Amino acid sequence: MNKLKEVVKVGIADLNVVRAPGVIRTSGLGSCVGVVIYDQAKQIAGLAHVMLPDSSLSKGKTLNKAKYADTAIKELLDLLMKEGAKKYALRAKMAGGAQMFQFSTGGDMMRIGPRNVEAVKKQLDIFRIPIVAEDVGGKNGRTIEFNPETGMLNIRTVNKGVKDI
Amino acid sequence: MSFVEKLNQVHLDILKEIGNIGAGNAATSLSRLLNRKINLKIPTVQVATYDEMVELAGGSDQVVAAVFVRIEGDTPGNMFFVLPPEHVSYFVQVMTGDSSITFEEPPYSEMGISAFLEMGNILSGSYLSALSDFTSLNMQPSVPSASIDMAGAILTMGLIELSQVSDYVIVIDTILEEENSDRGEIKGHFFLLPDPDSFEKIFKALGVNIDE
Repeated sequence: MNKLKEVVKVGIADLNVVRAPGVIRTSGLGSCVGVVIYDQAKQIAGLAHVMLPDSSLSKGKTLNKAKYADTAIKELLDLLMKEGAKKYALRAKMAGGAQMFQFSTGGDMMRIGPRNVEAVKKQLDIFRIPIVAEDVGGKNGRTIEFNPETGMLNIRTVNKGVKDI
Repeated sequence: MSFVEKLNQVHLDILKEIGNIGAGNAATSLSRLLNRKINLKIPTVQVATYDEMVELAGGSDQVVAAVFVRIEGDTPGNMFFVLPPEHVSYFVQVMTGDSSITFEEPPYSEMGISAFLEMGNILSGSYLSALSDFTSLNMQPSVPSASIDMAGAILTMGLIELSQVSDYVIVIDTILEEENSDRGEIKGHFFLLPDPDSFEKIFKALGVNIDE
């Protein structure tokens, strides 16, 4: 009997964790960055769909931790540890941070993709989590799915095909 | 309290009227451009989560063609004109008289993209000029930019300002349809996403206080 594989879906500015044999997915990454942190031995993975580089940008009353690179990665780590992942075994893969539209004006807002990528890398560096693979930048949207059993990140695009990293 | 929670029915009705006036003018322009009869559906105004907004355009993964315009002036904001790629092919074919142009598969013809951008330019210009006249506020469209990609990837671009303030967006969504189309329903969505600070200015210009 084929058992239906569990797919954990992560929305925009959202995060979650999954255990094998489940997989974890987020769709339609543009300037947002999808960052996966995983423990291959324990077969646990967490995924965050990060929208903005830094929580200091927040002007609202409540803070959605999954939205910002700095708070999302910390939150993801806490969740993974709670699930039994080992800090020293953690590795990261990331995708997204594209620039969907080309403008001559607009300044920082238009550069939000690259800024998100930089911010995620900075945070991973602070927590000493090595990035083993990445597919960032460009001008195209991405849908990503991570399988904690194989440790592979599947990336789908509209115009540039499918690949695994 | 964020401005989103302060909105009441009067505010929502005003935003609906704004969608109506803007898209009404845009529909007239589109109709002239294509020499076809274009109808307007009653606009909807929704307070939605990011995911719900992307759902309105067909879902995060759905491939759409979109023109993005940044609104500059008194009330900055973002505007999208979103269509299924095959509908853009049709519109552009009618516009240019060249039936070989399609947007279903890359590479897209340069002429086709240029025509699509021009269509976006005309529509957003007429949408905003109607709003500007109605509110006496200065609103100007930036040079438009086009993309054919996943709806989630495209629309989140318009959420950057708003997402710093709120986890919800106010989406003013208006649907244009071609009448008696032999190609089934031809539909386009207008999404108007004013920046957070712009709402108060729009309401004030129309004599309504945001705290009412």
